[in-house]
Amino acid sequence: MSRQGSANEPATNRPLTTADVSPPDAVPEGVEARKGGFRLPTENLRAYTMLFALVVIWLFFQWKTVSDIYPYGLFLHPKNFSNLLQQMSVTGVLAVGMLMVIVAGQIDLSVGSVVGLAGGVAAMTQTFELGVGPTLLAAVVVAAVIGLGQGALVAYANIPAFIVTLGGLLAWRGVILGLSKGATIPVRLPVFRSLGVDKVAPIVGYVLAGMAVAAMAWLSLSRNRARRRHGLSVPGAAQTALGVVLPSLVIAAFIVLMNWTDPASGLQGGVPIPVLVLLAVAVLGAFLTQNTTLGRYLYAIGGNPDAARLSGINIRRYLLAAYCVLGLLVGVASLLHTARVGSASPDAGTYMELDAIAACVIGGTSLMGGRGTVSGAVVGALIMASLDNGMSLLNVENYTQYIVKGAVLVAAVGFDMLGRRRG
Amino acid sequence: MSDDVKAAVLEMRDITKSFPGVRALDGVSFDLYAGELHALVGENGAGKSTLMKVLGGVYPHGTYGGEIILGGEARRFASVREAEQAGIAVIYQELSLIKDLSVGENIFLGREPRRFGIIRWEELYSRAQKLLDELHLAVDPRTPVGYLGIGQQQLVEIAKALSQEARILVLDEPTAALTDAEVATLFQILNKLRGRGVGMIYISHKLDEVFRMADRITVLRDGRTVGTDAAKDLDEPRVISRMVGREVGDIFPEAAHERGEVVFEARNVTVEDPNVRGKLLVDNVSFKVRGGEVLGVAGLMGAGRSELLMGIFGAWPGRTSGEVLIGGKPVQIRRPSDAIRNGLGFVTEDRKRFGLVLDQTILSNMTLAGLSKLSGRFVTDVDAEAVAGGRAMKDLRVKANSVFTVVGTLSGGNQQKVVLAKWLLTNPRVLFLDEPTRGIDVGAKQEIYGHINRLAEAGLAIVLVSSELPEVLGLSDRVLVLHEGRVTGEFKRTEATPEAVMAAATGHTTRAA
Repeated sequence: MSRQGSANEPATNRPLTTADVSPPDAVPEGVEARKGGFRLPTENLRAYTMLFALVVIWLFFQWKTVSDIYPYGLFLHPKNFSNLLQQMSVTGVLAVGMLMVIVAGQIDLSVGSVVGLAGGVAAMTQTFELGVGPTLLAAVVVAAVIGLGQGALVAYANIPAFIVTLGGLLAWRGVILGLSKGATIPVRLPVFRSLGVDKVAPIVGYVLAGMAVAAMAWLSLSRNRARRRHGLSVPGAAQTALGVVLPSLVIAAFIVLMNWTDPASGLQGGVPIPVLVLLAVAVLGAFLTQNTTLGRYLYAIGGNPDAARLSGINIRRYLLAAYCVLGLLVGVASLLHTARVGSASPDAGTYMELDAIAACVIGGTSLMGGRGTVSGAVVGALIMASLDNGMSLLNVENYTQYIVKGAVLVAAVGFDMLGRRRG
Repeated sequence: MSDDVKAAVLEMRDITKSFPGVRALDGVSFDLYAGELHALVGENGAGKSTLMKVLGGVYPHGTYGGEIILGGEARRFASVREAEQAGIAVIYQELSLIKDLSVGENIFLGREPRRFGIIRWEELYSRAQKLLDELHLAVDPRTPVGYLGIGQQQLVEIAKALSQEARILVLDEPTAALTDAEVATLFQILNKLRGRGVGMIYISHKLDEVFRMADRITVLRDGRTVGTDAAKDLDEPRVISRMVGREVGDIFPEAAHERGEVVFEARNVTVEDPNVRGKLLVDNVSFKVRGGEVLGVAGLMGAGRSELLMGIFGAWPGRTSGEVLIGGKPVQIRRPSDAIRNGLGFVTEDRKRFGLVLDQTILSNMTLAGLSKLSGRFVTDVDAEAVAGGRAMKDLRVKANSVFTVVGTLSGGNQQKVVLAKWLLTNPRVLFLDEPTRGIDVGAKQEIYGHINRLAEAGLAIVLVSSELPEVLGLSDRVLVLHEGRVTGEFKRTEATPEAVMAAATGHTTRAA
């Protein structure tokens, strides 16, 4: 049974495979396979808990915002919900980038200041009248270069990430204050501005949704084909269909909600551009962490750096890559933020690093490294934004908002620790 | 004679201590006279350290069986503190000093002379100075311990023991990190303490030192006392035969491996201690391994076995030198990825620390080292991985529900198989195994032995490091013995008797013809 030379077996000049150790007295197959019933993987437990918490938060705010004008509640009403998603998109993009770094066991405290600096650079680049492309690119390049530099100090100069980026938090804020001389620079390029506030036409939303559903169907079918070819168990037709239909329904509901046109004002609906950007970043981030060697190595480095090093992973190179990805996303976030506010002020982005870290942690990321998912980080950002938005709708005072958000952060980790101890 | 007149300051009667699955001490009795240096010897894992931890209160009363009698009175220590107060000072192999605190602070740590809770620094430092003078240690007690050499730190530990007015001093491998001059100083001091009536328990692998210093020698083996005798009635061969006197069980599959070409060769490998400039942990070691051959590397703790493998693999933090040839071609190995690319695999010791990412799945761990080969260079192919991982799991008999089970939940034996699978999935030509069966149960051990033999039959060149002598002897075609970083013996399978190997491991150069 051991040497079953299947088609995909690579013909190497080193013929040794694990089959060489397979003892001759083979156990009949299936003896030890699939004991016990269905079990949720424990690593996803936190994500489910947080999704549940999100639903509870939503229902609570929905119930509290019921009024004469909004008999079913204002909170999830398209008018507000679209706003909420727009508000979370900056934190969401930052959280996806932050996740890469935290998963590798590092941290970046400078992202808030870099958002301010990169946004300011973009706003200042406008004056050279180079067009939209170079203006937007300037922000991304500045943030990516900063990420690269800080990453190099962490990975190659062995300075603790906390120190390097704490220095960055101070220094980059100083740089933007110096460059702008304390002045707030308005966004003048219409395309730049629309990046933060405009919505795509409803038809674009429908087309994108259709493409997403088609891509999902195609991916799951080709995945099944690959599994069949490898001789792995293939989910049945019903399960496959369900796996496509359920997310499709969510996407459809989302698009319909976003495309809703207010009959009163006649204001055209559509998916806000920042939300589309966040979705794209999240999909790319999920792919990067789950389906690339880079992602896998980052988890290994954060989980056990010694084992990663002895397995031949060049820890420094991958840490640098993680900071570089984060830098790129900080650049994107700075554009979204500047465009949404409509101007670059020298104190833009203050505390955003803490929001991003909090989003990651609420979404199940371990600050010790090795654990965390992009979807979790995005859900974390959504929870934070929902709390912000809901409490503002209810006219909760500013100070209370801070206290509630702080308590939620600590409670999320506390629950997780309790659950882990029991498990 | 005169020994009989002396009163025993310590008696340990019928001590037993069990850990899950292992009986570490099985009815050990041990006694110590005032002014005596009593050596405790035995193989790695014979129970020496466990016995001393029972004595020192690390394992509190109730977690072991038997009695500790101090000066005629039965004592039950609930903590290290209580043992210390009873006059027992243990100096462990890994020194327990705080590097950033001064010599004086370390000596009186937790017992600082104070008034109204405020430390009286003058008194502390003058008392420390007196102790250091006694030991002829010319350092300022205000110096941070981290600035001192290992030998001086050892003396600080002894000063600490003296400050506690210890009547019983336990020294665990005290000379492991010392230079010859420092050893001489230490021995002078020990002789002085002997004159003062301090009873000393001396644990060492170096039998020449043991015979130089000890009044009596107790040999432990597999958690039992083999015998206690006056040193003058013993000689090294007799002690060695007591240490190893055990049948090599037939749990090892008898395998005569077909030898092939020389696949791996290391020439003049030296490995330097990363913390001590110029101290060589591996000194000019050369060896060859043929395809299909298992080369065992034996040696006692600190002989430089793991350091040798780490150094060759490009994973040692300190400086290394030497040449490596794989398949007859010289290769440059600067980091582990170079080694892996050249067909070297390394099942490292201590799987939890060096081998596994415990939070991750079996599959992620298995494919970590060979990931770019198993799936794409940048984009991974989960299905191709799952196929390879699933097959490896079946081939190596990893017992788990699926390849997506988290590794941290597996038993030690299954974890070890995952580490082995990780390296087999890199398609190695040479495999280093460092303590491949440490801490796993007998059944899993046997399975791993079977795997090792089948790998050799498949033509792999294997280097096996193990602290368990029977394991090395049972699996190896050839045995290389290290002592303090140097090769002190090389034996063919037929010549490798436990006595011969142990003699070489304790420093007798016997390169059998």
